[in-house]
This record gives sequence, C-alpha cells and structure tokens, in this order.
Amino acid sequence: MSMNRKDIAALLDEPACAHNQKAKAGCSKPKPGATAGGCAFDGAQIALLPIADVAHIVHGSIACAGSSWDSRGTRSSGPTLFKIGMTTDLTEQDVIMGRGEKRLFHAIKQAIDSYRPAAVFVYNTCIPAMIGDDIEAVCKQAQARWGTPVVPVDAAGFYGTKNLGNRIAGEAMVKYVCGTREPDPVPAGIERPDFKVHDIALVGEYNIAGEQWHVLPLFDELGLRVLCTLSGDARFRDVQTMHRSQVNMMVCSKAMINVARKLEATYGTPWFEGSFYGVADVSQALRDFARIIADPDLTARTEAVIAREEAAINARLEPWRARLKGKRVLLYTGGVKSWSIVSALQDLGMSVVATGTKKSTEEDKARIRALMGEDAVMIDDGNPRALIKIVHEQRVDCLIAGGRNLYTALKARIPFLDINQEREFGYEGYVGMLELAKQLCLTIESPIWDAVRRPAPWAIGGSAVHAAADTAAESIIADADDASAAEVARA
Amino acid sequence: MPDVMKPEILKRTKALSVNPLKTSATLGAALAFLGFRRAIPMLHGSQGCTAFGKVFFVRHFREPIPIQSTAMEQVSAIMGANENVVEGLRVLCEKSQPDLIGVPTTGLAETQGTDIHMAVREFRAKYPQYDAIPIVAVSTPDFTGCMESGFALAVRAIIDDLVPDAATAGTKPGRRRRQVNVLAGSALTPGDLEHLKELIESFGLRPVVLPDLSDSLDGHLPEEEFNPLTIGGALVNELATLGDAAATLVIGASMDAAADLLKARTGVPEHRFQHLMGLTAVDALVQTLIAISGNPVPERVERQRAQLQDAMLDCHFMLGLTRVAIAADADLLIGFSQFLAGVGAETVAVVAPATAPALEHVCCDRVAIGDLEDLESMAREREAEILIGSSHAVHTAQRLDIPLLRAGFPQYDRVGGYQRTWIGYQGARTALFDLANLLLTLERGEIHPYYSRLSPRPDEPRQHTH
Repeated sequence: MSMNRKDIAALLDEPACAHNQKAKAGCSKPKPGATAGGCAFDGAQIALLPIADVAHIVHGSIACAGSSWDSRGTRSSGPTLFKIGMTTDLTEQDVIMGRGEKRLFHAIKQAIDSYRPAAVFVYNTCIPAMIGDDIEAVCKQAQARWGTPVVPVDAAGFYGTKNLGNRIAGEAMVKYVCGTREPDPVPAGIERPDFKVHDIALVGEYNIAGEQWHVLPLFDELGLRVLCTLSGDARFRDVQTMHRSQVNMMVCSKAMINVARKLEATYGTPWFEGSFYGVADVSQALRDFARIIADPDLTARTEAVIAREEAAINARLEPWRARLKGKRVLLYTGGVKSWSIVSALQDLGMSVVATGTKKSTEEDKARIRALMGEDAVMIDDGNPRALIKIVHEQRVDCLIAGGRNLYTALKARIPFLDINQEREFGYEGYVGMLELAKQLCLTIESPIWDAVRRPAPWAIGGSAVHAAADTAAESIIADADDASAAEVARA
Repeated sequence: MPDVMKPEILKRTKALSVNPLKTSATLGAALAFLGFRRAIPMLHGSQGCTAFGKVFFVRHFREPIPIQSTAMEQVSAIMGANENVVEGLRVLCEKSQPDLIGVPTTGLAETQGTDIHMAVREFRAKYPQYDAIPIVAVSTPDFTGCMESGFALAVRAIIDDLVPDAATAGTKPGRRRRQVNVLAGSALTPGDLEHLKELIESFGLRPVVLPDLSDSLDGHLPEEEFNPLTIGGALVNELATLGDAAATLVIGASMDAAADLLKARTGVPEHRFQHLMGLTAVDALVQTLIAISGNPVPERVERQRAQLQDAMLDCHFMLGLTRVAIAADADLLIGFSQFLAGVGAETVAVVAPATAPALEHVCCDRVAIGDLEDLESMAREREAEILIGSSHAVHTAQRLDIPLLRAGFPQYDRVGGYQRTWIGYQGARTALFDLANLLLTLERGEIHPYYSRLSPRPDEPRQHTH
C-alpha cells in the first residue's frame, strides 16, 4: 500500500480533536463482528464526490464503486459529472498479471477524453493497495501526459474507518489542490464603502438535497463570498482557491477537522465549528463569521438579517411547534452533529431523550450535556437492538437516524426520520426547519402506527394491542447480549 | 373508520357541466347484466344510446360487448315504443336464446312515458314460446343517478324478478353450508372479483358472485370465434339457490337496496362492507369469513396481511400529509378516501357525479356533486398533489401538473385498467406502491439551486430559476 503506517497514524492523531487529550489517544478501531460503519474508501468518496465537475474514478474491483455509486443525496447547481459512476472494475487477470496501474492510466485517459473533466480524482481501494499499485505515480504521470489535474485519494477500505477516509480526502485536497489558483476578483458594482465583501469557506458541508441553498442567499446578502464549500455543490476551481478564505467554518464536527487545522497552520486562516440546523445555530454561525471578521458594517447587517429571519421563521413554525410539543425523540446521527440537531429539535419543543455520540468529540459531548442536562443518555454503540430497547424504555415517539437504521425502526414499528446523507429533504437554514417539522409530524402523527401494531382481529388477545408489540420487541432485546446494553452508557 | 366527521355535500350549482365525470345509470344497468352468463342487455332508447354505450365499454374492457337497442326513432318516440321492445325481445330470443335479457330504459324512453314492465308483459303475451327466457326490465333514465346507482338498480331488479321467495321456493338459509352469495357493487373490477373469489375459496367456501364481471369481462380468450352473448358471468339458474346459502356478503353501500330485498326474500344472514380497500376493511372481511366457514385464516392470507403492513410502513413517508384529489362514484370515493386516511394522506378535493346517501362516509370535509372542472378548481385551490380518477381526468391532471392514478370508469388510454385489483391485502399493497411511486416522481421538498452573485459561474447554464 502506498499510504504508509506513519501517514495513517498522523491522521488518526488529530491534534485538534478533543478526545485526543485522553490517555487513550486517537480514534477507536472498528470491532470485528460488531460494526455497522463504512470504510475509509467510503468516507473519502463521500467527502469529495459532491465536487461536481470532477471525474471521480474508483480504482478497484467492482464492489467498491458498484455498491455505492449514485446513492448520494448531494446536489449540484451545474455540472452533473459527479453523478457518473466510474471505476476501473479490476478483473482477476488484472490482479494476477499486475495490470491495475496500466488499466488505471487508460481509465484516466478515457475519462478525460469522454467527459473533459475539470480534474480527475482517483480513489484507491483495498485490492490495488494490497497488490501495490502506485496510484500516486500513475496520477502524476497521467497529469503530466494530458494536462488535466489528476489527484490521488489513497483511502483503501482497510486503512480504517469512514471517518479516517474523510480526513484522507481532506488531506488530499490540502496537499494537491488548495493554493493552485487565486480567486477571481469580486464582480464589479457590488462592493461599496459600507459593503465590503469577505471571503469565507465551509468545510464539511455536503449540500444534501440542496439544503445549503437555504443558507447561501443569506451569505450573499451579508457580503460573505463563499470561496469554496468542501464539498457541496463545489467545483474543482473553488477548491483551488480555498487558501484565500478569511474564515473557515467547520460544518461537520470531526469529518474534516484536519482540513481546517492545516489551512490554519499553513495560511493562518481562523476557523470555528458551527451548524446550520436549528434557528439558534444558524444565527450563531452568522454571528461567528461577523465576530471573527470584525467588520462593524458586517456585524450590523448580520444582526439585522438575524432579527428579520428569526421573526419570519418563528411565525411560520408556530403551528408545527404546537403539534410537536413534548414529543420524545431518540437521536442517533452518523455524520451529522448530534448537538446541533438536538438544539434544532428542542427549538421545535421536542424532548430529546437520548442521542448517539459514537462520532462525537469530547467537546461535542460537553455541548450535548449542556443542552440535554447531565442525565443525557448517550449511546456509543448504535446497534439496532440497543436502539429499540431505548425506544421502548424511554417511550420514544420518533427515532431520528441514518438511512441504514430506517428499516430496522420500521420493523420495530417505530416512527422514523432519516437524517443521513441519502435523505431527500433539506433541513438547513431557517427555512429548513419548516421541512424538518413537517417530516416529523408526517411520521409521528401517521395513523399507520396503530394499524401495524394492532394484531389481526382474529388473533388471540386482540385487545392487548400495544402490550403485544412491546412484548415482541422485548423478546428481541432479550436475545441481545449484555455487552451491547452495557454500552449504552449514561454520561 | 378513521374519520367520523361527516363531509358537507355541495350541491351542483352550475348550469353547464364541463368535462363530465358522470356515466349514465343506463350504462350502469347494462354493465350489471353483462355480469351474467349468456346474457345481453338491450337498452330501450334510440340507437345512439346503445352505440355510445358499446364504444364506452369496448374501449374500457377491450372486449366485444354484446349489447342491443330497441332502436326508437321519430315515430315510436311519439306514438309509443312498446312495439320496439316486443320486437327487439323477439329478435334476441329467436336469434340467440339468451339465458338473460336485461332491458334498462334510457332517458328518451322514460321521458316518453314508457312503462317498460308493461312492454315486457306485452311480449310475454304475444310470444309465450319464449317464456323460459328470463327478461329483467329496469327503469334507469340517465337523468337520475349515475353508473353506480344504475348498476345497483339492475341488480335489485334481477333479484326481484328471479330470486324466489323462501316460503314459495322452499329454500333454507344454510342448506348449502359452503355457499356464500356476494352482491358486488360496480366499484369492484373484474380483478377485484377474481381476488375476492379466491379469498372466499381459501376458507373452503363457494362464492356465488352477482354480477360476476370477473367471469365475463376479465379479458380471456374463449374457444368460439364469435358469441352474440356474454361469454361468462354468474349463472342465471343459480339465482334460485341464493336462498340456500350460508351467508351473503354485500360489497358497496350502493348495493344496500338490493341487499335489503335479497334478505327479505331469502332470510340469508348478510354482512355488509362499504368497501374492501385497506387493512381495516379487509380485516373485517377476513373475520367474517372465519365466522362463516369456521376455518382458520390461511397462512398465505396472514402473510399478505403482514406484507400490507410493511408496505404501509414503507409508503407512509411518501403518502403522509399528501393532498389527494379524487373523482369517482360514491363507493369508490368512500373506499379510496378511507384507505388513504389510514395511511396519513389527506383527501382534499372530492367530486362525485351524483349524490348518494353513502357520501357521508367519504373521509374528507366536503364532497362536491359535479364534474371534472369542479374537481380541477377544487384541486388547484386546495393544492392537491395527486389525482385519482378515470382516463377522462388525464387532461385535468396535466393542467394541474400533478400525477394521475387511474381508477373507475372509463379507462381507455391504458391497457388492463379493468383487471386492476384494488381490494384485499395485496390490492391495497400494490395501490400503496403505485401511489408512492407516483409521488416520488414529484420533486417534493425540492430546493432550487441558488446562484450567488458574489461567485458567479458564467460558463454554467442555469437549471432552474427562483
């Protein structure tokens, strides 16, 4: 494999990561037989695929691209090249005869000839990493030969977790792409003496279902030019100019924390962590930009926009809040920040009884405690049985989790909201809260729950409706080993 | 049922019916007769009444339709047309010796003042040699009711004429322990009836369906190249056995009057169902079948129930809070609106072609008696997202820019609409999938791309504009 152990260790040993301060350093290893998460390749591809005008080539046998292409909910306002699945689809002969590199080289040429991409990203996978394909050398040679940037993303699955893959992807952007172009001048006629445009970047924002388009108009109005979003609705040329950003916002906690840190180390760009979920957090993010940029005109504009938007959205949320008030939620998020969604749900008057923290930093957990109180139930292990158990114990009205838990929840007859990257609805920004509220009501208030929990009228004891459903769920849980229950740690 | 609130019924207010929804009661009656074997309806009216009706059914079922006319013309329209009825009946009897001739009247005949029963009596007096051929006349002018009511009137008339009184005939409820009579309303398709019969049979019971469109108009290829009569359907001579059945199932509120009469004649215990769409409705039917047969629910049916429950879970994300517009006859409206309410959808725009007492069971806040234009404006005003209606609603849906799920009469722009199964656990499941898939084609929750003036991308064409 071309990425050596030292490189991986360096990525795992993320100094900006709060749980690195503990005695046991770095991120946790996956447990054989008890994992549900993706691999490093998955993480790398997910992090960069939204860059819309790039040809994303997966170098490997078919399973890697074949099982994952065209499944991401991210959206582009322009090119759709990222939607086209590309893989070298290595065969047994390629592996035995060592023809992987050659095939990759030709694959890059074919992608350039057919699609004229702004750049080519090559994602390494397990098999070429095992047989020793030097994808970095191939990329370098291909770039020299055809004059199109070709970027290696060496994140074979066995290197580690999905989260490591996110970081490897971010690392590749900083190493190969950032700083290779200067930003365009601000379009004429926009800047005035009291309206100066400031450049910013959003790191770890993926434009799921187009949700960042709820937020971008606000930035335009404030005079904050988003040089680059890494990577929602981004173009290769945006990423090239990211080093000129004045402030970077880390939108998804750990996913690409190394990018923000490295840009700070190399270019001195300050950064902060924030979220666009929930009225309060959107306002907070806008204020954080204004605070760090410290332009009094911007600060004034920001406060005016916040006052206007909050008043408008609160009025529109009123009827929804009445319907959702007091409903109990179990939140089990993957990539999306738990604390951020927690505050959004509380904003709707809901009660978050437990939340997943598997991917949360120590700092995230502190924030969760601040929001939910010291009794907050934190779930480190999101195995389905443990989740169902908590749902029943805590009398949860709705499980909010990633798509992979969707059908588990449905089989257990639990109302569900999909919060992960495959979802079809955007919840960001002030307006996004409306969609969130609607989707929550839709599932929680649905009449089907009674219909699916109710035993057939001819079944014995037809009256003990819910009791029967609960018993069924408990018998499932009874099979679970005690270890998984123990992992449901109370903070 | 999920909703106990009665809808407000808005009477028809317009002079002009635009894009009519209504199919005549005359054709409804004709359809009922088409559900009997070796039968033929003969509409008492002008040739046009029959010609249009024939085309209507041919396009819907994609089958040859045996249907005749008394061919009233100028003279008989004024001077009396009983002779046309007598002559028409003679020709039909002589040519094809049918097992049943239905004589629904049209608006023309009724306006003229026809006493159709007297006309039939005249025929009987004149041609006693055809006494063995049952003839059922029914008054179904097209200025009253709609297809559903005409269908129900014809079924009631058939019972009235051909089902003997228990005392006279010596029938006894339950003598045929396995026989279950089914009075099937016009909302049931041949596909529905086929499924219903299989379900009943799976409990070891023997269904006798009246009328049985699943045997006559199910679109099967028979041996004979031509048949002037229906090629399948309920057997007329079985009508005499209805009184011996263990039970009668009545499907559709429109069949109430027919059911009342059958009950009075035979005393066979009956079970009424407004419709058989969705979990709750089918549960009630299955439970009834358990009670009648004394048999347990077949495993296959249990599995189908669990499959429907799973489909309800999967589809509630798409169907929940979905705003639906429906145009159909009352029974179908009741079925769809209750079925949809059961999965969290809201029926917001409802038009029925004619009033019916059962409309109060439609799950919505108001039902307009009207046409597809009414439906269109109601659906637009109330922001319906999907439309359920016949092929006539295609353009309505296009103008509203929402998808259409085809149901009801007529369906001429697709193949196989008549064979679609809506009822039962399986039918409901397929309907849920189809509705959900149509909704997935909509860009619901769509966020349009935003193009920043601070970072223009002049080389890229814009997809949408705000």
